[in-house]
Amino acid sequence: MSAIAFPVPDQSILARRDAIIAGLARLVPAEALITSADERRPYETDALTAYRRLPMAVVLPSTTQEVAAIMKFCGEQGVPIVPRGAGTSLAGGAIPQEDAVVIGVSKMNRILAIDYANRVARVQAGVTNLAVTGEVSAEGFFYAPDPSSQLACSIGGNIGMNSGGAHCLKYGVTTNNVLGVTLVMLDGSIVEVGGAHLDAPGLDILGLIVGSEGQLGVVTEATVRILRSAEGARPVLFGFPTSEEAGAAVAAIIGAGIIPVAMEFMDKPAIEICEAFAKAGYPMDVEALLIIEVEGSDTEMDAQLARIVAIAREHGVKTVKESQSAMESAAIWKGRKSAFGATGRIADYICMDGTIPTGQLPYVLRRMDEIVKGYGLRVANVFHAGDGNLHPLILYNCNDPVEAQKAEDAGMDILKLCVEVGGCLTGEHGVGIEKRDLMTFQFNPEDLNQQMRVRAVFDQAWLLNPAKVFPLEGRVAA
Amino acid sequence: MTLHIPATEAQACAIVKSVIESGTPLSIIGGNTRAGLGRPTQTQSTLSSAGLTGITLYEPSEMVIGARAGTPLALVQETLAARGQMLPFEPMDHRALLGSEGEPTIGAVAAGNVSGPRRINAGAARDSLIGIRLVNGRGEAIKSGGRVMKNVTGLDLVKLVSGSYGTLGFLTEVIFRVLPVPERVVTLVWRGLSDEAAVALLSAALGSPFEPFAAAHLPEGIGADQARTLLRLENFSDSIDYRSRELGDLLRVHGAPEMIEGEASLELWHDVRDARFFSGTEEAVWRLSLAPTLGPKATATISARVPGARWFYDWGGGLVWLAVPAGEDAAAGAIRAAIKPLGGHATLVRAPAAIRASVPVFEPLAEPLMRVSTGIKTSFDPAGIFEPGRIYAGT
Ligand SMILES: Cc1cc2nc3c(=O)[nH]c(=O)nc-3n(C[C@H](O)[C@@H](O)[C@@H](O)COP(=O)(O)OP(=O)(O)OC[C@H]3O[C@@H](n4cnc5c(N)ncnc54)[C@H](O)[C@@H]3O)c2cc1C
Ligand SMILES: Cc1cc2nc3c(=O)[nH]c(=O)nc-3n(C[C@H](O)[C@H](O)[C@H](O)COP(=O)(O)OP(=O)(O)OC[C@H]3O[C@@H](n4cnc5c(N)ncnc54)[C@H](O)[C@@H]3O)c2cc1C
Repeated sequence: MSAIAFPVPDQSILARRDAIIAGLARLVPAEALITSADERRPYETDALTAYRRLPMAVVLPSTTQEVAAIMKFCGEQGVPIVPRGAGTSLAGGAIPQEDAVVIGVSKMNRILAIDYANRVARVQAGVTNLAVTGEVSAEGFFYAPDPSSQLACSIGGNIGMNSGGAHCLKYGVTTNNVLGVTLVMLDGSIVEVGGAHLDAPGLDILGLIVGSEGQLGVVTEATVRILRSAEGARPVLFGFPTSEEAGAAVAAIIGAGIIPVAMEFMDKPAIEICEAFAKAGYPMDVEALLIIEVEGSDTEMDAQLARIVAIAREHGVKTVKESQSAMESAAIWKGRKSAFGATGRIADYICMDGTIPTGQLPYVLRRMDEIVKGYGLRVANVFHAGDGNLHPLILYNCNDPVEAQKAEDAGMDILKLCVEVGGCLTGEHGVGIEKRDLMTFQFNPEDLNQQMRVRAVFDQAWLLNPAKVFPLEGRVAA
Repeated sequence: MTLHIPATEAQACAIVKSVIESGTPLSIIGGNTRAGLGRPTQTQSTLSSAGLTGITLYEPSEMVIGARAGTPLALVQETLAARGQMLPFEPMDHRALLGSEGEPTIGAVAAGNVSGPRRINAGAARDSLIGIRLVNGRGEAIKSGGRVMKNVTGLDLVKLVSGSYGTLGFLTEVIFRVLPVPERVVTLVWRGLSDEAAVALLSAALGSPFEPFAAAHLPEGIGADQARTLLRLENFSDSIDYRSRELGDLLRVHGAPEMIEGEASLELWHDVRDARFFSGTEEAVWRLSLAPTLGPKATATISARVPGARWFYDWGGGLVWLAVPAGEDAAAGAIRAAIKPLGGHATLVRAPAAIRASVPVFEPLAEPLMRVSTGIKTSFDPAGIFEPGRIYAGT
C-alpha cells in the first residue's frame, strides 16, 4: 500500500551523503550518529507502520547546543530534517524520507527542575509523558495530558502533536499545560519562549509552536504545568442498550452543569476486544459503554455520581458498575487505554481521529458503520465522548493489499464525514502524512496559504519535516 | 479620518483591499473601550466591527458559542447566563481602569486575550478560543480552528491572533468553548498577612486538592485598611462546605478565614478583575507577569526604587497590578530592571499618550523572537496596514 506520496528524494543530497555524514560527525560524539542501515531501520517509520522510508542518517544529540549545531549544518547544506520523539505518531508525523536527517531527542530525557510552589516542571523534550507524572506523584501532583501512549511517547512529541488524552475534558490538552519551550530554529539560533509565568509578552509564539508537527524547529526543553491530584478518583461503567442513548446521556450530563474528568465511549466490538485483553469487568450485554470518571473526596464522588446515575437512568442505562477498589479502577482504565494495542492483537487496524460536534454523534456513528460495511470491513469505536473526538479503529489484514487500500479509503471517507458535519480531520493525533492530502477538504487555499506563510517565517526552504501537514502541490514559501 | 463599518465579511475584505491600494494604515476597533491601551498609533482611517453583530451559534450541550466580532460582550454573557453557562476565563472590563466609555465587544476580548482571575484555573481567553474568521492584510477572509474543542488540524493560527491586538487582521467571527456556571461560589478571606505570607498561603492552596478558582492578595491600603488574602471556591454546595473547611484546616497557621458569599464576594472579585482600586487616579498602571512566588520579590525591589508605588496580586501572586506616579516615564526603567532577573515581563496598561509613545508598552523582545514576531506580522499583513506600531515601534 503506498497511496500517500513522499517527495522525490533529492539526488544531489544523496550524492553528498558521505560528506554530510562527515560533517555531522564533527558536531556530535560518535555514539550519537547512526549511519548503518541496520541501526537506521528502527527509525524508518512510526506507529503508522504501513509507510516506511529509511533516513540518510539519524542523530541523537544530548544537548540543546548539539541540536543547534546540527540544525545550522543541515540548514546550510539544504538537508531536510525530521524531528523525532518516541516515534509513536499515528499520523506518520515522524516518518523520515531518504534524503533526510532524523534528529531524535530520546537522549535528552532528564527532568531538570520541579517547583511545587509555582506548580511547574522544567523537562527535556525526550522525557516520556508518564515519567513527568512519575516524578511528581509522590508529592500528590501530576502532568495532566495523558495520551494512551504515555508510557512511551515524549513531551517533545506531545508538543509536536498537541496531544490529548482521556482526562482532557477537564484538564485540557498539551497547549493548555505548557508554559514555555526552548526551540532551536533552522539557522541554529536558540529561542526561549514563555517561562514559568502564565502569559508571554507579544504574539503567542508558544501557542503556534504547540501542534506544529516539527515544522518550525526542534523543541529541546519545556516548562510544563503540574497540578495537584484530586483526593480520589473513581471510574464508573455505564452500559446502554443503544449508542443513541449513551450519546444523549453525555449531552444531558453536560447540560446539567456536570463536567466529569473523563467520559469515554466504547461500542460493542470495542468492548469485546478490550474486555478480552484487560479483564476489566466491562458489561458484555450492552451495545455501548461509557466510562465516566469523577474526582474528589469519597462524599463528593458519591454526590456527583448520584447526579450522573440519575441522568443515565433517564436515558435508559442498563448496567451501572462502580469501581470498588484501586485495582478495579486500574483495570477499567487499562482496558480503555490499551484499546489500540488490544485491537492490534486480533487484526491490523488504522485509527482515525476526527472530531465532531457531539450533537451529531448518533448520525455519525450510523454513517460510519455504513461506510465501513460498504467496504466490507469491520470497525470498533472508542472515543472521547465529552468533546466529540472519535477514534474509529478500522480492522483489516495488512497482508492483503486490496483490503488495506479499502481500509485507507474508508478512513478517508470517515474524516470527510467529520468535516461535513462541522468537525475536523484530527482532534489530537495530528495531520502528519496521513491526513495531509485531505487538508484541502477542511481548508480553502487562502486558509492554507496563510498557515504556510507563517511556516515560512521559520523555514523558507521547506527543510523541516517537509513531507507533512501541507499537500505537496501548491506550497508557498512566503 | 475615515470610519469604515462593514456589514459583512465580504465588505470588510473589499475595504482592506482598497486600503492596500491607497496605502493608508487602518486602526481596528470594537467598542473602543481599550483605545488607551498600547502604543498610540497614527492612522487616518479606522475599521470597526460595529456592523458585525449577533450570535451565530450556540449549542449548550456542546459547550460552544460563536458570535460575530462586534457583538457586545454583555450580549454573549447574557445569552450564556440564560442557559446556566459562562465564558470560562472571566474577561476583564477595562472601562473603570481606563476611564473609557463604549461597549466591549467579543472580538476584542479575543484580539486582546483578555482574561481575569479565573485564568489561573480555567485558562486564558486563548485557551477557550477555538475558532476564528479573520480578514488578513491581503484582504482575504481566512478561518482557523472551528467549533469543536479538540482540533489539531494544521498550524494553530487561533492562538497567534489571540493577543495580537488587531495587528494581524480584522476578526469577523469568534467561537469560544464555554462552561457551566457553578452551583455556588464563596470567597475565603484572611486578614493582616504580609505579601510573602499571603503568597505562601495562595501557593499552598493552589497546590492542594481543593481547587481554588481564583487566588488574590490585596495588601493594606488597597480597598481597605487591613491586608486581605482571597481564595475563591466554585462548586456544588456540599463540596463548598467541605472544601472550605479543609482549606481552613490546611492553612490554619495563617489564622481562621472569614467566608463571604453572594453580592459581597462578587463585587470584591470585580474589583480585582477590573483593577478598580486604581480607577480614577493619575497614576500609571502596569501589569507584571511572573512565577507566582516571585511576585513579592518584584514588588519589594520596585517599592525601594519607586516611591509611592502601590500594588496587588492576582493569579496566586503571578499577576501583579502595579500603580506608580506617572512622572516622565512611568518608572519604566526601574520596573523592567527589577523584573528582568526574575524572568517575568511588564506591560504598561495605563499612562498618558506621551509616555506610551516614548516607553515600550510591551516588554521588548530579544532576538530572534523579535525577528520571528515581525515575520509573522508581515506574513499576515505584508503592507503593514493594520495598527502599525501598536505593539512595537516600527512593526
Ligand atoms: C496594546 C494593548 C494592550 C492591552 N493590554 C491588556 C492587558 O495587559 N491585559 C488585559 O486584560 N487586556 C489588555 N488589553 C485589552 C483588550 O485588548 C481589550 O482590547 C478588549 O476586550 C476591548 O474591547 P473593545 O471592544 O472596547 O475593544 P477596542 O478598544 O475597540 O479594541 C481593543 C483591541 O482589540 C482590537 N480589536 C477590536 N476588535 C477587533 C476585531 N474585530 N478584529 C481584530 N482586532 C480587534 C483593537 O485593534 C484593539 O487593539 C490590551 C489592549 C491593547 C490594544
Ligand atoms: C497505542 C497508541 C496510543 C495513542 N494514544 C494517544 C492518545 O490517547 N492521545 C493522543 O493525543 N495521541 C495518542 N497517540 C499518538 C502519539 O502517541 C502522540 O502523537 C504522541 O504525542 C507522539 O509522541 P512521540 O514522542 O512518539 O512523537 P513522534 O511520533 O516521534 O513525533 C510526533 C511529531 O512531533 C514531532 N516532534 C517530535 N519531537 C519533537 C521535538 N523535540 N521538537 C519538535 N518536533 C518534534 C515529530 O516530527 C512528529 O511530527 C497514541 C499512539 C499510540 C501508538
